[in-house]
Amino acid sequence: MKILVSAKRVSDPNAKLSISGDRRWIEGDVEYVMNYFCENAIECALQLAEEHGDIETIALGIGESDETARFIRQGALARGIDRGILVVADEQTTDSDLIARIYAAVVEREQPDLVLIGKQAVDGDSNQVGQLLAEYLGWPQATFASKLERDGDQLVVTREVDGGLETLALSLPCVVTADLRLNEPRFAPLAGIMKAKKKPLEELELSDLELDDAQPKVRIVHMSAPAGRKAGMIVKDVEDLIAKLRGEARVL
Amino acid sequence: MSKVLVIADHDHGVLKKLTLNTVAFAGHYAEKTAGSFDIAVIGHGVAGVAQAVTSYGAAAVHLVDHPDLAHPLAGPWAKVIADLATAIGADVVCMSASSIGKDVLPRVAVRLQAGMASDVVEIVTTSEGLAFRRPMWAGNLMGDVIISSPTKVVSVRSAAFDAVALGAGSSPIVASSAHPDAAGARVHFVSFDGTASSRPDLAEASVVVSGGRGLKDRFNSVMEPLADILGAAIGASRAAVDDGYAPNDYQVGQTGKVVAPQLYFAVAISGAVQHLAGMKNSKVIVAINKNADEPIFKVADYGLVADAFVAVPELVSKIKLLRA
Ligand SMILES: Cc1cc2nc3c(=O)[nH]c(=O)nc-3n(C[C@H](O)[C@H](O)[C@H](O)COP(=O)(O)OP(=O)(O)OC[C@H]3O[C@@H](n4cnc5c(N)ncnc54)[C@H](O)[C@@H]3O)c2cc1C
Ligand SMILES: Nc1ncnc2c1ncn2[C@@H]1O[C@H](COP(=O)(O)O)[C@@H](O)[C@H]1O
Repeated sequence: MKILVSAKRVSDPNAKLSISGDRRWIEGDVEYVMNYFCENAIECALQLAEEHGDIETIALGIGESDETARFIRQGALARGIDRGILVVADEQTTDSDLIARIYAAVVEREQPDLVLIGKQAVDGDSNQVGQLLAEYLGWPQATFASKLERDGDQLVVTREVDGGLETLALSLPCVVTADLRLNEPRFAPLAGIMKAKKKPLEELELSDLELDDAQPKVRIVHMSAPAGRKAGMIVKDVEDLIAKLRGEARVL
Repeated sequence: MSKVLVIADHDHGVLKKLTLNTVAFAGHYAEKTAGSFDIAVIGHGVAGVAQAVTSYGAAAVHLVDHPDLAHPLAGPWAKVIADLATAIGADVVCMSASSIGKDVLPRVAVRLQAGMASDVVEIVTTSEGLAFRRPMWAGNLMGDVIISSPTKVVSVRSAAFDAVALGAGSSPIVASSAHPDAAGARVHFVSFDGTASSRPDLAEASVVVSGGRGLKDRFNSVMEPLADILGAAIGASRAAVDDGYAPNDYQVGQTGKVVAPQLYFAVAISGAVQHLAGMKNSKVIVAINKNADEPIFKVADYGLVADAFVAVPELVSKIKLLRA
């Protein structure tokens, strides 16, 4: 069995972000971290491989060449993923749809049985790539997975949905997107970091993938800060809180 | 002239009020483009839902009723939505960013060769045409995006649009011939483990009281009386859910539900950016936390620095007295 997982780097959501001069992207000294949901996807693939054996795991990262390569090595290969694929692209001019078409082209080359990626990239917050990819491939999908079990060539996946938890049974090949409660991602062991340096990491250009069209369908034309809230007040005690909520706020 | 297609949210035949917020988005878009909107109701045994949406200004209500659509599986739902959109010549397809909307809409986009904007909160006019404003980076930044494909797909953040009011008109109900593929499905619904609650829906409630990790295993005993007295829905931080004090669908935030009630209580919640992303547009925010330095106090209109185990029961009994 072959599993394709994702390794996307994102700018640290806890860092202060500044908007670039043309107001179309962010700029400045941004710290990058591995997209949290990719860590869950990677962990899930590693656990499947440990449990069932005979599974090859491949991590795909799409982005600027050197930086993305470093993240694939440190975040995926060092944790135990077998090999990596880097597709060089400018992240500012990709949308989820172009990312999904790049994934589809890699699936075409690699023929994995399962694509296991994050439910959302915590920079763009689109929550689309897995679903787009599943439709491009004509495969079934289970998004927002909080539990995954393999039963032969079937997967049984529990999903976090509005109103509770839903369980689906899917036959392979399929696409699963990971939610945060799927597992606790491991840290890369020291030995893993050494090993990762020697693991294969293939670098591809967009032109190698023979996409019909490498244009995004969605582009950012303006970025702004959200409307802030004006500072509130600290109330003395419960009595005071009730008085404020009844009086000036009129919500009680 | 545009034609917008709204996909109704319903829970196995019961209309979700969120639909009316999505209709508000569609109405705005139609107005800005001198167009109109239709509503589609998809499922099995859902004629009642179609009837329920006939008085909100839609040019038509399309009913797609089929046994294989009883459960909202993304593949078959996406096919009928895309087929219907093509049949009526829709240039925008939208649904709320509910868990079904998030699951299904991207697949619709592929079928329609459309670009998609997620979690849209506003339609803005730019020199390059109409753009969709959406939160990014956990709501720390807002991006205005242009979709260049002829057909566009949008998931709508319902908290950002006021629900449309019941109108007088009556939209005709049209039975659609769209149908799912007959081929054997490679995905099957197994089970649903619902969070039983008689409280208002979190995404629709006018008062939401959320508890955090600080409440530990007394989450319910602290939060339930407060929710009872306020007629509120209960929410939670991710940490409270992760630690097992609250069910997963209570989670408010970047990766949970986004709410904007009249009144929001954050009890023993520190105020991480990911939590704020889900509640900072509430009208009035109250924070109760024992640590005065927590970031939650930066967004709260009223902050009470106190031990929640003491303050919340006191608050409940004082409100009770007032109401007696
Ligand atoms: C990718 C990603 C997505 C995330 N998505 C979400 C999301 O959707 N929603 C979300 O909420 N979080 C989300 N998080 C987690 C978020 O970063 C925080 O970890 C989480 O919100 C913290 O929850 P908390 O405030 O309950 O816990 P803590 O940060 O541990 O805070 C507990 C608070 O309780 C207070 N306290 C303790 N005891 C008492 C007492 N007796 N009385 C009063 N106060 C008390 C403490 O002072 C403290 O402020 C996400 C994180 C990541 C990485
Ligand atoms: N540049 C990228 N490289 C690798 N994987 C990506 C990239 N962008 C998105 N993904 C994957 O797609 C998921 C959903 O992304 P999105 O739809 O953009 O929110 C992410 O959680 C990642 O797993």
